[in-house]
Amino acid sequence: MTKLKFHRLEQHRPTLWVLVGLHVVVLALGFGAALYMEEHGHIVSGMNNQIVWGLPHVFAVLLILAASGALNLASISSVFNRLAYKPYARLSGIVAIALLVGGLAVLVLDLGRPERLVVAMTTYNFKSIFAWNIYLYSGFVLVVGAYLFSMMDRRASQSVVLGNTMAWVAFSWRLILTTGTGLIFGFLAAREAYDAAIMAPLFIAASFLYGLAFMVLVLVVMSRETGNELATEEIAGKFRGLLSIFALSVLYFTIVHHLTKFYTGGHQGVELFLLRDGGVYTLAFWGGQIVCGTLLPLGLLARARDSATVRWSLPLASVLFLIGGVAQIYVIIIGGQAYPLKLFPGMEVSSSFFDGVIASYQPSLPELVLGLSGISLAMLLTTLALRLMPFLPEMRTKRSDAA
Amino acid sequence: MRRRAAIALGLFMGVAVLAAAGMRASAESGTLAPQPPKGRGEHCVADTDFMRRNHMKMLLGHRSEAVRLGVRTQQYDLNGCVDCHAVAGADGRPVSFDSPQHFCRSCHTYAAVSIDCFECHASRPQAPGKAAAVQPGDKEVAAISQYLRDVGQ
Amino acid sequence: MSAESYGSHPVVDRRVLLRGAGGFLVTLLAPGVTLYAFGAAGHASEAPASSKVRWALLIDLSKCPAGCDLCVTACRDENGWQQNGRPETDPQWIRKVKLRDGRTGEYREVPVMCQHCDKPACVDVCPTGASFKRADGIVLVDKHICIGCRFCMMACPYKARSFVHQPLTDQKPWAPRGKGTVEACTFCVHRLDSARLPACVEACAVKGGGAMTFGDLNDPTSEVSKAVAKYATSQVRADLGLEPAVRYRNL
Repeated sequence: MTKLKFHRLEQHRPTLWVLVGLHVVVLALGFGAALYMEEHGHIVSGMNNQIVWGLPHVFAVLLILAASGALNLASISSVFNRLAYKPYARLSGIVAIALLVGGLAVLVLDLGRPERLVVAMTTYNFKSIFAWNIYLYSGFVLVVGAYLFSMMDRRASQSVVLGNTMAWVAFSWRLILTTGTGLIFGFLAAREAYDAAIMAPLFIAASFLYGLAFMVLVLVVMSRETGNELATEEIAGKFRGLLSIFALSVLYFTIVHHLTKFYTGGHQGVELFLLRDGGVYTLAFWGGQIVCGTLLPLGLLARARDSATVRWSLPLASVLFLIGGVAQIYVIIIGGQAYPLKLFPGMEVSSSFFDGVIASYQPSLPELVLGLSGISLAMLLTTLALRLMPFLPEMRTKRSDAA
Repeated sequence: MRRRAAIALGLFMGVAVLAAAGMRASAESGTLAPQPPKGRGEHCVADTDFMRRNHMKMLLGHRSEAVRLGVRTQQYDLNGCVDCHAVAGADGRPVSFDSPQHFCRSCHTYAAVSIDCFECHASRPQAPGKAAAVQPGDKEVAAISQYLRDVGQ
Repeated sequence: MSAESYGSHPVVDRRVLLRGAGGFLVTLLAPGVTLYAFGAAGHASEAPASSKVRWALLIDLSKCPAGCDLCVTACRDENGWQQNGRPETDPQWIRKVKLRDGRTGEYREVPVMCQHCDKPACVDVCPTGASFKRADGIVLVDKHICIGCRFCMMACPYKARSFVHQPLTDQKPWAPRGKGTVEACTFCVHRLDSARLPACVEACAVKGGGAMTFGDLNDPTSEVSKAVAKYATSQVRADLGLEPAVRYRNL
């Protein structure tokens, strides 16, 4: 077995600075947007008393899902003992942490009283899945941090037991974490679009997909910047297969979710709304999630048989999967709220408070920028970590060894 | 090295002298230290020294009792402070926390301690005419209290 | 000592009659209007709310005329949630929902506010415990520790809660409200704590149709208990099992 070598991000092209600059600008704008929303209140966002969670939550959930999914490459290598994934274990750990921090930052900055974060960290209601998630999220950073330590520390990495234990702990933790995220919606018995245990496995499948998509993009960018092809032909082929399987699982859970809702009489209204009459939500579902985010990239991957095609279709498919992810979460979070609560089933209702009316929501620029800045924060944190510590695998040596 | 220490010492002494002078000036002429206006009642719920040090603890304790348990002891009610310490502005109406003259603000600005109480709580008494109208007679209050006591037993 | 340094119109502004130890607090508000206020035990303002009490509200829709919004305006004046002409973000603590049965054409208007559930979903989901149920069953938001995450608004099946979308000034001294926190009907807890009825109930009794009966459900002799025992009443979305304290008659 070849000894793996890792290095820091030391040599790179000037384009990296362009990317970094871009992210810094978005991050600064996002922070400004948060201050603006804090100063004026949520009136400057598109959110209202009907749509209480908006675009920031879409991005936050996407990032949190992707975070737990990004850890998968590490899990496959150490929990399931696949040596081919070993070079990416460190990178997958640090990207996972960065994505989570990015998502949480957006979530926190969108709070009505973000300055009371310390209250959220010190007062808990243990019946709340949200409170549990605060533990799960901060625990995730610690657990993955310890996992990285067990991989990277000279002495700790000698211990197989420690490595395996940490790998298992991290793997279980991420499954519980994504379950928790899914149950934020799954536990909402009041809203017809949610209230389903399947939200948990659906979110787990989605996290696999988005996490790997992010990892592919990070690897592609880093390969270009370092001039060192990080994704070998072998691993690119594996990624192609994994992405396809993950996308199909998301599709499967989505179908089962909608079928179940459709079958039970009382919920047909919300299903018809989301799938047929919902305007932007219907468009986001069919056009965004299904066509652009599932069928198109699946087709791309299926057609990519030779390694050259794989090389360009893999990142393209990943971008499409992520766009589909935004659409999917948009439909779940915002579409689910847009459909009115049914207080009096079977009655025609109206009121001054939008009872019985499809809620309207126009995302504002500050919200969008705040959401995007979460991605930028994650990418900047990743770059910073790569610069500081040896996370990047040295693939050339390995390739030449194999040859 | 020695020179640097000397500069640091000199700076420190300078600041100390300035601070001492400032303190004396404020104690004598009252130009720097806040001079919060006196309350309207005869005396506060505790003496000034105690209030200065502990008003925040009293408010904090009262807040959880009032909100969580429904214990609305008048003595520690923020509204009581606001009513008694209201400061009339140029128009004769009590000023809100937006005004630097506001009782709470006059000190808190000086001490550079920001409070968010008045983002939610009323920082001035309700218009006096309206407030007077809501006071029920003592007899009614006594009757209700008596009734509640009877029922409680 | 006055138990009434804040609040608006007192229930007891004429005469208070006490009928024996377990009796009613009967108040003559206006000629011909008699309010049966507290069945068994309210609590004096310096004693904590008691779990022996379970406040409840019964609304008889047959006495709730179409187009009347006295309860809504009374609540708004009492608690100061004035509208700013932005219906999507303006808070509403109580609203009248207009119902029409598509088949029979029957029309009703239903006042809907926080239902003060016995098993409130908003309290379960609140991460900080800012959403809480008082010992006497009133569901409140402790705005001191509310971080404004709005999860309770996602969880409430009644759309009873509002989020304060902009900075506020000149709130009512007895009803603190502020930007970035969630709020809802409090059953006029400040009034109850000084033995007065919620503003909506009072307005409905004095000037409206007298559709609202407020009292202690744990006291079998209270008006509300007797009415609930005698007539068929229903709860909104009773299927969810949250056991709301607000009941409706002739829904």
